[in-house]
Amino acid sequence: MISVQTEDFDISEEYQQLRDRADNAGAVVAFSGLVREMYSSSSDDSPVQSLYLEHYPGMTENCLQDIAEQACGRWDVQAWRIIHRVGELRALQQIVFVGVASAHRQDAFQACEFIMDYLKSKAPFWKKQVNGQGSKWIESRDSDQAALKRWE
Amino acid sequence: MLTIQYFASIRESLNKSGEEIQLPSQVKTVDDLLKFLIASSPEQMAALNEEAKVLVAVNQTIVNRQHPLQGDEEVAFFPPMTGG
Repeated sequence: MISVQTEDFDISEEYQQLRDRADNAGAVVAFSGLVREMYSSSSDDSPVQSLYLEHYPGMTENCLQDIAEQACGRWDVQAWRIIHRVGELRALQQIVFVGVASAHRQDAFQACEFIMDYLKSKAPFWKKQVNGQGSKWIESRDSDQAALKRWE
Repeated sequence: MLTIQYFASIRESLNKSGEEIQLPSQVKTVDDLLKFLIASSPEQMAALNEEAKVLVAVNQTIVNRQHPLQGDEEVAFFPPMTGG
């Protein structure tokens, strides 16, 4: 199930729902991404006050669905959940949640990591950081592209 | 009509989130469309000229510059994604 939303999310609720939806799971892996206070790629060192997350409604959800279905084709996935927040986010807040329930931990770990790697480079989201010196769109990183190669 | 959408840094540089245009007959591909948009207003559309930084989706699927256009699609231009 996919949610693209402005609201925050509760990891313990999401974890419980994954357990409820997966009858025979032996492992649940839950990842959450947070707004970092500092971005090392930034040319100035002033702390990030907030992030603005933009997305392409429709295409974003379709991409996430496609990524999750690919993960289900490669690993034993009994239940999965993706939440991505959009709009204005402050430092240290939650941005993204990916949870996967599987029979065994290897499948859950790998499917979760695969979904996150693809989400970062393939789903149409864009981040703009705001600090004391103004605002700036964050540029994509080569390391994120490189992360996809190991799944090929 | 062709629906064009712009996102993120491209939307801000162009100062618009989208437009609808009647596809000129000489525009047959995404590449033709980019050249047509840039030629129509070179200064304002300069952000579309940075080839490596402009991704294109037609009907919400990423395509390459040679992708053909009929004239009734939804075309989106945006920079590389930075979600997660």
